Amino acid sequence: MTTSDILSASGPAPGHLDLLESEGIYILREAAAQFERPALLFSGGKDSAVVLHLAVKAFRPGRMPFTLLHVDTGHNYPEVIAYRDEAAAAAGARLVVRSVEDSIRQGRVVLRDPNESRNAHQSITLLDAIEEFRFDACIGGARRDEEKARAKERVFSFRDAFGGWDPRRQRPELWDLYCGRIAPGENMRVFPISDWTEADVWRYIAREEIALPSLYFAHQREVVERGNRLIPAHPLVPLRANEMPVLRSVRFRTVGDITCTCPVPSTARTAADILIETLAAETSERGATRLDDAVSEAAMERRKLAGYF
Amino acid sequence: MSEHGSEGRDLLRLTTAGSVDDGKSTLIGRILADAGALTEDQLSALAAQAVRDGQEQIDLARITDGLTAEREQGITIDVAYRYFATPRRSFILADVPGHEQYTRNMVTGASKATAALLLVDARAGMTAQTRRHTCIAALLGISDVVFAINKMDLVDWSEEAFVRLKGEIESFTERLRFGSRRFVPLSAKRGDNVVRGSEHMDWHEGPPLLTVLEGIPASVTAADGPFRMAVQIANRPQGASTHDFRGYMGRIAQGRLTVGDRVVIAPGGRESTVTEILTPQGPAIAAMAGQSVTVSLADDIDAGRGFMLADATSPPSEAREVTAALCWLDPAPQDSRAPYLMRIGTREVAARVALPESHLDIHTLARGPGGQPLRANDIGEARIRLQDDIAYDAYAACRATGAFVIIDSRTNATVAAGMIEHRV
Repeated sequence: MTTSDILSASGPAPGHLDLLESEGIYILREAAAQFERPALLFSGGKDSAVVLHLAVKAFRPGRMPFTLLHVDTGHNYPEVIAYRDEAAAAAGARLVVRSVEDSIRQGRVVLRDPNESRNAHQSITLLDAIEEFRFDACIGGARRDEEKARAKERVFSFRDAFGGWDPRRQRPELWDLYCGRIAPGENMRVFPISDWTEADVWRYIAREEIALPSLYFAHQREVVERGNRLIPAHPLVPLRANEMPVLRSVRFRTVGDITCTCPVPSTARTAADILIETLAAETSERGATRLDDAVSEAAMERRKLAGYF
Repeated sequence: MSEHGSEGRDLLRLTTAGSVDDGKSTLIGRILADAGALTEDQLSALAAQAVRDGQEQIDLARITDGLTAEREQGITIDVAYRYFATPRRSFILADVPGHEQYTRNMVTGASKATAALLLVDARAGMTAQTRRHTCIAALLGISDVVFAINKMDLVDWSEEAFVRLKGEIESFTERLRFGSRRFVPLSAKRGDNVVRGSEHMDWHEGPPLLTVLEGIPASVTAADGPFRMAVQIANRPQGASTHDFRGYMGRIAQGRLTVGDRVVIAPGGRESTVTEILTPQGPAIAAMAGQSVTVSLADDIDAGRGFMLADATSPPSEAREVTAALCWLDPAPQDSRAPYLMRIGTREVAARVALPESHLDIHTLARGPGGQPLRANDIGEARIRLQDDIAYDAYAACRATGAFVIIDSRTNATVAAGMIEHRV
């Protein structure tokens, strides 16, 4: 073996996506090493699919050590539930499902309106599941770029014995040192893709050819236009007077609770297509774009034409 | 798609600092907006806000202003992370607020960065604040610093003002041994020299800030320095087909590893030979810094989490007592008899932290007398006694193996950040 063989075999220096991937694996291994009963929160959404993919890679040739936990709102599309079960089986993972429906039956969750979004109620079901299985860490696919308030979230995010997020007890995170020491009853949330952006997630899904629920890709669906949103025509989402569903080519950007998840117009059939749509804003005259232009009608129109919105 | 693929795009971890009035929020807002890092949703929300406020333009500072609710809840102001990208590079920016808890926050932000973007108000010149930012960046081993001389519009775009300030900063930073110092005169508010050039400062020959940031060396430089990797997990899967497999899982912190390399397991000094390397992309002949790997060795050595794999020809130091620069993070002051733990790499060892031998003045980097317990935001040099041996390098030689945190075993709080054998 010559030196040039070695160099070529190792390939070029790792690119940004390789570094994010290795960082995610590093964090997942820290979670496996520092906790006794870690769970991976798996909804079938794209971010949790990426985390599961990383977890499988992280422990090769061994088995992925995390139990998958899905908190089912009961308002999921059947495609997502089918995908969830297939993905868990493919990963050879144990899947535990706890449903908000059950929490309602047990009187743990009380709805004011039978059709209201159950997103906010998931936390009770989650906390009950944590107690039932004595999970000491829950791994999730949250990212810091999702919204401003999340920009300060830790990678190891501490929760007290009541499941509460106490900002004063969050630990400084320096270098690559993640400290998972907790007292009995306390819990840690672990976010391995904290530093990924939405575009990174799509880049990675395209590169790794990660399977996703079909709802993420363009399909024909009956929708109504309400304001600047598209509302899926579905029994759980009552139509208003004068609203007539029309058939449109759409995709979902997230696949959460049916009652609060809206599709967007799209013709993207692959992750690569979605990446292009997601990056439309970034690529249009990047560098020359001024903010005041960016919010002008013309700029908005251009991006709509590019299929972004 | 190739333009947006990972190929050819690298990563820079950057920290930024500035005091409340330096226009840091405006600058970051300007970069995020002009670099296209904002989604349509965010832009629409900002535009709607501007209409409500009766403004003709978006308030750039608002882009990063996610704090109102947090302030109402009394949350400690602390480091926020921002993301933007150009076709050549992805940036992760640790945005450090210029409020109280300043040192603690900047140490946290700088610990993850290899470059710093420091804001200086062109009118105010070299302030105590600027000195402090610069000193902390130097202390944490930041290699490249960019001084953004902001508010040039308020000094009539004066070349003379810029040159004078640049000279002052250059002479102050002379002894701080940065790898590079760069200077960009700009106006965050007007957008001059941020992403675009400036028609007001044709006397400045350099490129705008974003281009300068693209030119800084990437945060992982492949093969520099001897191989170092903390073992996270020693893996021994059950089952007949993988019966003989024993893998050491970790992320390479420094250097390059090749099949056939002699490695030492530290502390302890046992040696073996690398027989297999598994990367996220599959089996490989070699791997380098930044990659998470699983390494197999020729000998079955019982070395699990807490050990370090290292280049046998250039091994790390081993000791049960070290001297370190400490930055105290916890509201509770140092207690030299408290049951602390040192966390270094993946190793946790019981530790006693002696009272500091000296305090560091972060405005000047001058050393003053020690003897008093360290308090939040203090920096000092202290000896640390350990219950067991640790393997380490001096922080200046390798950040990953010279950095540690101190944990209070009674509360599990992270109370201090430390850098071994580190003198600035």
